[in-house]
This record gives sequence, structure tokens and C-alpha cells, in this order.
Amino acid sequence: MGDTTAAILFIATLIAALAVVYRPLGDHLYRVVCSTRHLRAERVIYRLVGVDPGGEQSWSGYARGVLAFSAVSVLFLYAFLRLQNHLWLSLGLPAVDPDGAWNTAVSFVTNTDWQSYSGESTLGHLVQMTGLAVQNFVSAAVGISVAVALVRGFTRSRTDRLGNFWVDLVRVTVRVLLPISAVAALVLIAGGAVQNLSGGTDVHTLTGAVQHVTGGPVASQEAIKVLGTNGGGFYNANSAHPFENPTAWTNWLEVFLLLAIPVSLPRTFGRMAGGDRQGYAIVAAMAVLAVGSIVTINVLQGSHHGTVPTAVGAATEGTESRFGVLDSATFAAATTLTSTGAVNSAHDSYTPLGGGVTILNMLLGEIAPGGTGSGLYGMLILAVFTVFVAGLMVGRTPEYLGKKISAREVKFASLYFLSTPTLVLAGTAVAIVTGWGRAGMLNSGTHGLSEVLYAFASASNNNGSAFAGLTVSGTGYNTALGLCMLLGRFLPIVFVLGLAGSLAAQQPVPASTGTLRTDQPLFVGMLVGVTLVLVALTFLPALALGPLAEGL
Amino acid sequence: MRLPGWLAQHLAALRALLVLTVLTGVLYPLAVTAAARLPGLRHHADGSLVRSGDTTVASALIGQSFTGPDGAPLVQYFQSRPSAAGYDPTATGASNLGPESVVDTAADRPSLLTQVCARSNAIGAREGVDGRRPYCTPQGVGAVLAVFRRDGLTGPVTRVVSVNEACPATPFQATYQGITVRCAAAGEDYSAGVVTPVRGDAPAHPAVPADAVTAGGSGLDPGISPAYADLQVARIARARGIDPATLRRLVAAHTTGRALGFLGAPAVNVTGLNADLDTTYPFHD
Repeated sequence: MGDTTAAILFIATLIAALAVVYRPLGDHLYRVVCSTRHLRAERVIYRLVGVDPGGEQSWSGYARGVLAFSAVSVLFLYAFLRLQNHLWLSLGLPAVDPDGAWNTAVSFVTNTDWQSYSGESTLGHLVQMTGLAVQNFVSAAVGISVAVALVRGFTRSRTDRLGNFWVDLVRVTVRVLLPISAVAALVLIAGGAVQNLSGGTDVHTLTGAVQHVTGGPVASQEAIKVLGTNGGGFYNANSAHPFENPTAWTNWLEVFLLLAIPVSLPRTFGRMAGGDRQGYAIVAAMAVLAVGSIVTINVLQGSHHGTVPTAVGAATEGTESRFGVLDSATFAAATTLTSTGAVNSAHDSYTPLGGGVTILNMLLGEIAPGGTGSGLYGMLILAVFTVFVAGLMVGRTPEYLGKKISAREVKFASLYFLSTPTLVLAGTAVAIVTGWGRAGMLNSGTHGLSEVLYAFASASNNNGSAFAGLTVSGTGYNTALGLCMLLGRFLPIVFVLGLAGSLAAQQPVPASTGTLRTDQPLFVGMLVGVTLVLVALTFLPALALGPLAEGL
Repeated sequence: MRLPGWLAQHLAALRALLVLTVLTGVLYPLAVTAAARLPGLRHHADGSLVRSGDTTVASALIGQSFTGPDGAPLVQYFQSRPSAAGYDPTATGASNLGPESVVDTAADRPSLLTQVCARSNAIGAREGVDGRRPYCTPQGVGAVLAVFRRDGLTGPVTRVVSVNEACPATPFQATYQGITVRCAAAGEDYSAGVVTPVRGDAPAHPAVPADAVTAGGSGLDPGISPAYADLQVARIARARGIDPATLRRLVAAHTTGRALGFLGAPAVNVTGLNADLDTTYPFHD
């Protein structure tokens, strides 16, 4: 079988498998967030936390819950990282320095998992599994909770109640993320991933040298790393490391897991909104963008343009031999489309335009299909824009799912949309004009700009992958990117919840013949168009100076 | 006493975090670790270690360097791919050099292009094949000119420097558009010239395979392409005094095809292959 046929089958089987889980996983998520029953274990948790699971919150109460939980999480993780040398299983490693600890704490709480450190030489096992991996679970659950609260805003009327954040958080963690992760972890071990608490083994190699083979609770972390679209690797090499991603089929499984929840959430949305077809429309728009991107990057990496790839005869630099160039490209597209940020190859060494696609994927705003939860709420914001634009064309008040999209709603949506581009472009500009910003570049010229643009796009959109040539462990980048991650996560969340509150308070309007049907192919096409136009207008100048200048 | 609302909120948040930490950060990983003790999983969970007699000689999943104390490749072993980490599992990672990394910034910081050219030349010499590649000089550095024009980017060419060939080298090309090409003088800044890689007449499909001249993503890649393994068979058969056909069968035994016929790329596990070679056909100096 040729490389091209194999790559097509890799993509086709992924799409087929996602189509198979779309309904059962989406329905399961629907039951989890809409059920009125509490499991006994969950009741115990609510008692320990001291919250009443029956009480619902207003949008501001829900937002305060999210922010309080995240603030406490940042402080807890910061302290954990600073004190790791005094704890068990630290492997003799020193405390993480203050700016690195700040950056890492923010990074994992915001579901970004940007890594300004090298896992195997910075972190002990305890802080990995009891600090970072916990945030892998709960930050994903927070994203799903916020998305569900937004959908409740669309589906409820004349109320200020959007659900209970603590209940959503606990249920998603206990009933969805934990069981799937446990199974996935065991499957990964069967493929060769390591899972132990050992400090490593010194092996005496065939040539008489000593090689320190590392250990760690890797598989349990790897599973939630991809399932929760987190992306923070146990090791520096992330999913390229043979202990995290040992074989070609675990590579397929990891791509599948990182897409599974974001792709299935539109089903949950459709069920809650009372029309499966509403979910199909959203997932169709996601699929058009995602498949387009995956095919494009495969073609670009396969054609290996650029001086070094031409000299080599293939874009193999930074790719593992067991995955091959094309399956690595599919992983790269999936990880940047989902805000995961795990990498199984070095994006920095991709062809100029292939690397450009990974940047563009993040600049789409992580909506195709986006992160766990954040992908759905990001796409619904764009759906609001789409009905707004359609309303402007025909001169009537737009509505979506029976709710009027008036000035207040559009203001919230606009604030949401403007947050991340502002952070990306302002952050890149600041880094380019400062000494610390330029000093971090590994590559020079346009590729250096791409490295910086990639870093700020990744941090602000909570992706976490990198053009890893950039040295980001200094105070400048640690601070600036930490701020981008924090603001890029929580500003949009507050605006989403504000929008949800505003929608929930409305009385629904009955659909009329003038209502734009949002479950039709026409709407899908418009949604894709609006997304591309908004992103192109915002980022084309920056892309022209980086990857486009390098590749053309 | 009733706590203020914001304080109660943060206390609930702290308690929620602690409870979820116990659940997802202690019970979950320990349960998975315990389940990984089951036969069938245990060997993998421990790192797929390979033993030879009393010593642990490798992890089957982690690549090794097969070089002597001086860093030179040992002729009796299949060579792994280049590695940005030197096959050190405590410093994993990729080179991260970009596709247009073509100008050497210093003697100890060669561009990716020069690294590729140098590796290709060395492997070609070692295996007795043509090591030439596009954009490479015959000496094995990146064939790259800095072209200076009268008005910056336009106008007639005024000066041309082969940036990766330090003086007193003879540039790979004598003239460029009628102007004599000069070697690069130490310490001079050529960034005002237009960087112009020169394709040359090397074949588009070089004899040395792509994976042999590029580093992997982890720095621990245990695999090489079947083509690179095949290229090395004659040398190793000679060094160990065995029949090349026998050796090819051994290589095939350590080759993993695409999983399920379509996932990934075929690869030869160099660590396992070399360990097997040492056991079956020991090398005598």
C-alpha cells in the first residue's frame, strides 16, 4: 500500500469512528448534564464540598464559581510546583522557579498545557499526577460545564438560572472523563506506554554506555491529556515520545480521543435544544473546516516544499519513523484544531505552508471542533454572528433557537470574538519589539516571526502546542504568555456566561416564515463562510509576514 | 457565624479541588498503576526492558546511539537516525530547526541544511553510495549564496558570497550572474544579501534515504526506514562475516509493517535488531 492510500485510510477510519461515537457519546453527555439523579458517590462529594446540588445559579453566580475554582486551582498548583522538592516522588528535582511555576500553573488550569519546561528534567512524579493531571480532568470539565450553561441559556426562558456549576463539574469528571480515561490508559499500556512510579532504570547499552530510561505514571496522564484536549506531555517530546505514543495504532487512538468529546458535544447541544438537526448543522460546519484543514496539511507535507525538505526529499525532520510524515501531519492538524496542543512531531520543522496551516487552525479560534466545551461555545458564538449577518442582509431582527439576537447579545458575542485576536496580535507585537522577545527565537527572519506568532496564538487560544524552537523559559515569555492564557480563557468564559444569562431571561419568539432555518445546509455554508471571513480579516496581515512570506 | 459570600465560594472551591485531587490525582493513577501489574501489561508498564543475562541492555521502544567513544559510527551495528537529544531520555526533543534554516550562524551552530548535507555525505561515504543531495555542495554544506544587489532587493548584482563556506575554502560555484563568488570571511555580517539556495545537479531522489539525514521528533526514535536498513546490510554483513541474505532475513524479523495494514509507516527497530545481532552473530575485531 502506498503512503497516500494509507494516509487517506487513516483519515477515513478516524471520521468513521467519530461518526460511530457521535450519538452514543453525545447522548451520554446529554444524560449526564440533564439528569436530576445524583449518584451516591456524587452526594458524598457534594457533602464534602459543602454545596447544595439542588440549588441553581444565575449567570454571575455560575461565573463566580468558575473563577473561584480556577483561582484556587492556580494558587494550589503554584504552591505544589514551588514546593515539589519537599514532597514524595520528586526524584531529587529542585523546586520550579517562580515564573516557570506561574506559567505552568496558569497553563494547566486554563486547559492550555503550554509547557515552558521539560517534563523529564523539571517535574517529579507526584506533581505530574496529583497536580497537573488533576487539572487535565477539571479544566476539561470546566469547559464542558460552561458550554452546557450556554446551551441552557438558549433552551430556557424567563429565568435567571443556568444550572449548578459544582454539579456540572463533578458529574462530567466522574461520569465521563474518569471512566473513558481509565479504559484508554489501559489500552495505551497494552500498546507499550509506561505506567509505574519508578525513578527510571539505568540500562547498559550494547556499545557499553549507560542510558537512563525514565519511568513515571505516563499512561494514566496520557489518556486524559488527549481526551480532555489538554496536551501537556509527561515528557518534553510529548506524543512523539515512544513511552507516550509507542506505536502507529496508539497514534490513531490518540487522535481519535482528542477529537471524540468536541465532536460529540454538538449532539448534546442538539438534544438539549430539542432538535437533533441543530446538532448536525454545528458538527457539519466543524467537519467542513476540519477535513479541509487535515487534507490541506497532508498535501503540503507530502509535497515537501521548502529548501530543506526538498534537499531531504521528504518532510521527515522532526517526525518519528513509526508514524511517518502524513500521519504526523494529521495529528498536527487535529491537535491544533482542538486546542489540545499535544504534538507527535516538531511543527517548527514543518514545511513553511504546512506549519502555516497549524497556526491558521489555532487562529480559527479553536472551533473546528475546538476544545472540550470551548469548541462548542466558540462555534455557537459564531452561529450568533451568522444569524446576525443574515438578519442584516434581509433587514429583520435575527433569532437563533427561538431567541432574539439583539444589541445586548451581539455585544457579548463581539467582546468574545475580539478577546483572543487582541491578545494574539498585541502579544506578538510586544514580543517582536522587545529584546527578550527576539532573543528567544531559534530560527531567524520570517520563520522567527512565525515562532512568536505561533506562541501567542497557542497561548491565547489555550492550545498549548509550540513552534518549539522558541526559548520560552525566560521571565519575559513566561509572564506574557501566562497573561495571554489567563485572559484568553476567562474573558471569553465570562462573556459566554453573560450571553447565556441574557438569553435565558428572554421569552422565546415563535418561528415564522421569515426565520432563517439553522438546521439546513444553507446555514452550515454561511457559518463556515462567516468563520473564514472573520479569521481572514483579522489575521491575514500577520500570516503574510510569517508563514506566507516564507512559503511563497 | 456566617461567612461572606465570596469567602464561602472560595472555600467551596478549595474543598472541591481537594476532593477532586484525591479522586483524579491519587486514586485514578494508582488504580491504573495497580491494573498495569497484570500479566500482559506489566512488561510494557515497566518500560519494555530488554535483558541480556544479568544486565538490562535496552528498552525495546527507546533508540540508542551505536557509536564509539569518539562519536564515530561503529561499523558492526545498524546506525540509528540522527537525534537532537543524542538518545538521552532525560533530554528528549526535536531539533526544531525550520524548513528555511539554511545559513550557518556559527561553526558549532550549523543550519539544518548543512547538517543534512554533512550527514548525507558521511553516510554515502560509509555505505559506498552517492551522498549528493539538492542544495548541497560537494563538500557537504548547504549551497547557499548571499546575493548583494545595488538597490538592496533590485538592481544589478554587485557582490556574491557563499555564506556556508568559510575562507579559505573555494566556493562551490565560481561565478553568479557574471560576478565572482567569494568565500565567507570570519566575523562578517552578510544579512544584507538575499539568501539564495542553489539547487545544483544532484538527483531529486538521493541514494541516502530521507530518514537517515533527519532527526526524529522525540530524539529517541528507535526506528529507521526499511530503505535505510537495506542500505546498511552490505557493510554489517562484511563486518560480521555473514551472508547478506541471512542478514536481510534478520532485518525483516525486526521490521514492523503498517499497523492493520494502513496505520503509520513501516519501520525497522534498530535497538532490537542490533541486540539480536550481538547474540546471534557476535562481532570479533
